[in-house]
Amino acid sequence: MSRTAEPALAAGGGERPASARRGRPMSRDRVERAALRVLKPLVIAVFVAVTAFPFLYMVMLSVRDIQELILDPGSLWPRRLTLDTYADVLDRQGFLTFMRNSAIVAVASVVVTLLISIPGAYAVARLRFFGHRQVHFLFLSVYLFPAIVLAIPLFVLFTMMGLRGSLLGLILVYIAQTVPVTVYMLRNYFETVPRSVEEAAAIDGCTRLSTIWRVVLPLSKPALMATGLYVFMIAWNEFLFALLFLVERRESWTVSLGLSQLAGSIEIPTTVLMAGSVVLTLPIVIVFFASERLLTEGLTAGAEKG
Amino acid sequence: MSLTLQKQEGRAGLALISPTLVITLVVVVLPLLWAVMLAFQNVRLINIRSKGLFGGYTLENFRYVLSEPGFWPALVNTLIYTVAGTALSIAVGLVAALALRERFKGRTLVRASILIPYVAPVVAVAFLWETMLNPQYGIVNTWLSQPIAFLSQAKGTFLGMEVPVALLTVIAFEAWRYFPFAFLFILARLQALPADLEEAAVVDGATPTQRFRYVIMPQLWRIVALLAVLRFVFTFTKFDDVYLLTGGGAGTEVVSVRVYNFLTSRDDIGAAAAQAIVLAVVLVVFLALYLRFFAGGEREQNR
Repeated sequence: MSRTAEPALAAGGGERPASARRGRPMSRDRVERAALRVLKPLVIAVFVAVTAFPFLYMVMLSVRDIQELILDPGSLWPRRLTLDTYADVLDRQGFLTFMRNSAIVAVASVVVTLLISIPGAYAVARLRFFGHRQVHFLFLSVYLFPAIVLAIPLFVLFTMMGLRGSLLGLILVYIAQTVPVTVYMLRNYFETVPRSVEEAAAIDGCTRLSTIWRVVLPLSKPALMATGLYVFMIAWNEFLFALLFLVERRESWTVSLGLSQLAGSIEIPTTVLMAGSVVLTLPIVIVFFASERLLTEGLTAGAEKG
Repeated sequence: MSLTLQKQEGRAGLALISPTLVITLVVVVLPLLWAVMLAFQNVRLINIRSKGLFGGYTLENFRYVLSEPGFWPALVNTLIYTVAGTALSIAVGLVAALALRERFKGRTLVRASILIPYVAPVVAVAFLWETMLNPQYGIVNTWLSQPIAFLSQAKGTFLGMEVPVALLTVIAFEAWRYFPFAFLFILARLQALPADLEEAAVVDGATPTQRFRYVIMPQLWRIVALLAVLRFVFTFTKFDDVYLLTGGGAGTEVVSVRVYNFLTSRDDIGAAAAQAIVLAVVLVVFLALYLRFFAGGEREQNR
C-alpha cells in the first residue's frame, strides 16, 4: 500500500503518454487511485484547518488578557482563562445595547418580510394576475442589483427625512432587499402544496385568506422557518446600510456596526474586541445550523408527500 | 361565469402581491431612478432641497469623476479583485466539493466547518483577519521569519518579484469567505449526477482523473458558469470586505469604496452617484460580453 503511494505522488495528475497507457492499462488507474487515497484526507484536513482554525483562534483570544497576547502572540491556548473581556465588551463598550438594537432590527425585518411575502408568494404560485410572468424578472433584478448604487439615494432621502439614526429606516431597507428573495423561496414551497387540499378547504367555505392561513401555512412551516432565519441572518450581518444610517448615533448601533467602529480605536484591547466578535458571530452560527436542519427536514417532508 | 372568475382571480392576485410590489417600488425602484437623476445634477447634501428633482441636468459629474486620477486605478483594482476573487472562490469550492462528495465519517462536521466563513458576519471575520495578520501580535506573523504588513503594505517582493501585497490579501480573503458558496452549489450538483455514466466510465477503464475530465466536469460547466456570473456580479460592486480590511488603502481601493468616500467624507452626492452609475454600466457591459461569449460556447457544446 505505502509502496504504491510513493510514486503516485510523484506522478500526480499529470498526463502520461498514450503508449504507456496502452501498454499497462491498469497501472495508471491504480497509481491515481492510490494518490487520491492519500491526497483526499490531506485536502479535507487542510480545509478544516483553514476554516475552523480562525474561529478557534477567535474564541481563544477572547478569553485571555491583552498582556498575554502582547507578550506571547504565538500561543494558541491562554495560560489564564478570563471572562472579564466579555463583561467589558457587553457592559462598558455597550454591546448589550448593540445586541438589543440588532435583535430589534432582525426580528422586525423577519416578521414584516414574512407578512408581506407570504401573500405575495401565494399569488405568484397560485393565481394568474396581470403581469405574473414579469414579476420574476423584477425579483431577479432586485436580488442582483448593487447595494452601493441604492445606498446613495436612500442616504440622501433618509437624511432629508431625519430618519438617520433611527432603526426604522434600516428595517425598511432590509425588508425591501429580502422580500424578493423570500417570495421566490416561499413560492417554490407553496407550489408543492397539493391544490386538492386547498380546493377542499374552499368547498368547506374557507375564503382565500383563511385558506392561506389555515391550510397552506401549517403545511409550509419548515419553509417559513427557513425563510425567516434567512432574513434574520441578512439583517443581523448587514453592514453598509447600518454604517450609512446609524453611525452618528452610538445608542442605535447594531453589533456589526459597533464592532467595526470600535475596532479602529486604540484604547480598547484586541482581546475585548474578540469577545465582541464572538458575541456577534455566535447567534448567526447557531441560527444557521438550526435552519440548515430545518431546510433538509422540509425537503424530505415534501418528498414523502410525493 | 368563467370570465368573472378569472377576473376575480386576477384581482385577488394583484391584491396579494401589491404589498411586495409597493415596498420594492418605494425602497428600490424609485430610489434607483433618483440615483440616475442625481448623477446628472450638481448636488451636495447642503443644496439638495433647493435643487429640486428635475432640471439642472449636466454631464459635469461624469467629466469630473472620470478625470480624477484615482478613478481608473480603482476600476482596474475592482476588475482584478473581482476576476481573481471569483475564479479562486469557484476553483477552491470545486476542490472542496469533490473532496466531500463521497460519504465518510464526520462529513457533516467537515461540511459545517467549511460553511462557517460564509455564514459568519463580515465585520467579525474581517476583524479576525486583521488581528491574525497584524504585524505586531498577529499569529500568522509569528510563523514567518520576517513580519509582513499584509493589509497596509501596497508592494512587496516575493521570490524576487514585486507583488501587490494588500490587494492579494484582500483577494485571498474573498476566496476564503466565498468558496463555501461555490462549494454548496457544486456539491448539490455533484450529488444529483446520475451514477451510471461514471460506472460505465469505470468499466471502460477510465482512471479517476480521466473520469473527472471527461465525465464529471462536462456535467458541471453549467453550474460553474452560473456561479461565475453570480460571484462576478456580487464581487464587482462589493463594499464591505475591502472597506473593513484596508479602508481602501495600500493600493486596494475599489470603486464602491470611492463611492462611499465621495458620499460621506466629500459630501459630493452627484459625483458619488455618477461613479456608482459608471460602475453599474461597466458591470452590465461585462455581463453582456460574458453571456454572449458563454452562450456561444454552450451552443458549440450541444452540437
